Amino acid sequence: MSAAPLLRMERVACLRGGRLLFEALDLSLAPGEAALVTGPNGAGKSSLIRIAAGLLRPTSGAVSHGGGAALADEGLALDAKLPLAHALGFWAKLDRSDALPGMEAMDLVRLGEVPVRMLSTGQRKRAALARVVASGAPLWLLDEPANGLDADGERRLAGAMAAHRAAGGAILAASHQPLDLPDARRVAL
Amino acid sequence: MTALLLRELRLAATGGSALLPVIFFLLVATLFPFAVGPDAPLLARTGGGALWMAALLAALLPVDRLVEPDRAAGVLDQLAVRGMPEEIVALAKLVGHWLSFGPPLMLATIAAAALMKLPGDLLLRLELGLLAGTPGLAALTLIVAALTAGLRTTGALAGLLMLPLAVPILIFGAAMSEQGGAMGAAKLLAAASLLLAAIAPFAAGAALRAGRD
Repeated sequence: MSAAPLLRMERVACLRGGRLLFEALDLSLAPGEAALVTGPNGAGKSSLIRIAAGLLRPTSGAVSHGGGAALADEGLALDAKLPLAHALGFWAKLDRSDALPGMEAMDLVRLGEVPVRMLSTGQRKRAALARVVASGAPLWLLDEPANGLDADGERRLAGAMAAHRAAGGAILAASHQPLDLPDARRVAL
Repeated sequence: MTALLLRELRLAATGGSALLPVIFFLLVATLFPFAVGPDAPLLARTGGGALWMAALLAALLPVDRLVEPDRAAGVLDQLAVRGMPEEIVALAKLVGHWLSFGPPLMLATIAAAALMKLPGDLLLRLELGLLAGTPGLAALTLIVAALTAGLRTTGALAGLLMLPLAVPILIFGAAMSEQGGAMGAAKLLAAASLLLAAIAPFAAGAALRAGRD
């Protein structure tokens, strides 16, 4: 396992709609490390995640990845008419991986034949997390991962995050709820 | 790329965006004789132009289904996180959209020609014109769809953006369905269509990138 960081953000600033959300933010995540971004609504948690994902250009500063990244945010990005297993399979094929481990980790295997549009809020969240688990990407970017999850879902999320870190992955999560991320660095916005 | 293309074709087939332009096109072909009267020589003279107008307007119909659902659902974000170039995404959408738009419209033209009692040689010129012109129309639809994704009043704005850009295709396409002089019009139609299809992946790709901020 190399010690090269999986995510490095240097002096990152974010200006959105004329408001400076944060500036001079330094963050580096080595394998096994995790960081939890906290802050009130509108503080820029989601913008920070999108900047880390490369979806949003930082107003200043630099972002680099040590490997691939997987993102779970509010966008489900699963075709509504497809059965869940096929919809997740589409992304697994792009990731050259298998959707099944993710579905097992989030207890979705029995829902494999159910069309995505029939799923509940919590089940959709589980599906988005299952895609991240299955992706095999070393860096996980999770925007409000516990939103809509029940107690079992939160336990499974914590288990998946612990397993990912034990396997040398890194996690950047943004949440206003408490997340079970032992000795994660705190980033308060 | 193959997975993206297959997904586009599946979405077009199940989401109704393949069927809608064809039904619209046939409706116009049905209504046109009611408007100008069932005079066969008049229909033969004006029918080609009318069908080209119908094809142009039919091309506008899928504009809100092509990019916006993928943007809203986060599909474009997920592709970008995986390092998929926006140009490849746009190219897959272009090919997938043409396959679900061009050939069905050409099939519908046979029925439309029968409804309007158009002569056989005119039908042949229409089909060749559509074969050359529909890639350009599909490209325009994609560019406009990518530009307007995320806006609220897509429908009206898309028409205003797209119809002026489609003028060359309409002019040369309609000219091709006139008697004589078909060869030069055919070449210019193909050239205009090819140009649009060639710039579409880059223009739409840039629009997708810009739309993320």
